[in-house]
Amino acid sequence: MKKAEAIFEILKNKFPDADIQIDSETPTEPIISIPPKRVYDISLFLRDEEGLLFDSLMCLSGVDDANGEKIKQEDDSEIIKGGTLSVYYHLYSVSLKHKVTIKTSADRENPEVDSVEPVWKTADWHEREAYDMFGIIFLNHPNLQRILMPYDWDAGYPLRKDYKNPEFYKGMKVPY
Amino acid sequence: MGLLDQQFSDSNIVITKAEDLMNWARLSSLWQLGFGLACCAIEMMATSASHYDFDRFGVIPRPSPRQSDIIIISGTVTLKMALRIKRLYEQMPDPKYIISMGSCSNCGGPYWEHGYHVLKGVDRVIPVDVFVPGCPPRPEALLEGLLKLQEKIRMETLRKKSV
Repeated sequence: MKKAEAIFEILKNKFPDADIQIDSETPTEPIISIPPKRVYDISLFLRDEEGLLFDSLMCLSGVDDANGEKIKQEDDSEIIKGGTLSVYYHLYSVSLKHKVTIKTSADRENPEVDSVEPVWKTADWHEREAYDMFGIIFLNHPNLQRILMPYDWDAGYPLRKDYKNPEFYKGMKVPY
Repeated sequence: MGLLDQQFSDSNIVITKAEDLMNWARLSSLWQLGFGLACCAIEMMATSASHYDFDRFGVIPRPSPRQSDIIIISGTVTLKMALRIKRLYEQMPDPKYIISMGSCSNCGGPYWEHGYHVLKGVDRVIPVDVFVPGCPPRPEALLEGLLKLQEKIRMETLRKKSV
């Protein structure tokens, strides 16, 4: 059983070239940040390393950090330029009974993150959902298409903070 | 009204209007498309079960739209589902009736403002005969809705409407 701080030290020693940080000030659990293009290596290490053995991805969630520049539009709505979109991974080791939270942030304009589908099969639909709702692109995902919204939905990603619902979808009025 | 509420005395001939007979036959066996969407569908199933017994009004679930007379829209109609509902409705033979059950299918319900994926009322794609309010409506409310629909069918006429 290892604490997040200990796991952070192991990761730092194993991947000295990657920008890995820990935020211990959060009210719930400490969060380890890793770069979006190193997610696959680090996940594989977390899963297979003796003493870590994170065999279960409990949850994978997308988050719109909305930390970019907010630009007012003519119709009083806002669009967000720049900033990041994040993906959070909640991992659990069934054999060693410890947990850790990993986070990665990608540019809003080009949100590309490594897929962890080859590491944990659970990630398949979770990543499709994060793609569907936030437009986060998971590189090397075997079937990255929308999962909840209609496959031909072209009005954007609904859970982004600057999302605007379309007036019509296939002739059906959408707003109330 | 009721055709058989009087006892036969000596002969067993009943005289009625063709319209009344057809309406009576129609409203007494409203076969329902076996189709449910969300939590309202649970109440609909409870209505079909023995305690509330939808069958005593002639409502039995059919697995095919081609054999059903009514469709009960029981639950949240998403934009994705709305296209399928429209297709199911078009596959039903005439005469066909629709009961919209619960707030979601009536007007969007709790999703009316932020439901980016919800159709705000199923009457935007298909013509609804009876709206049953509630979230979800109790089985008694659905029964009341069905009785209202039967009343409506009883008033139908074959005559050409004068303009």
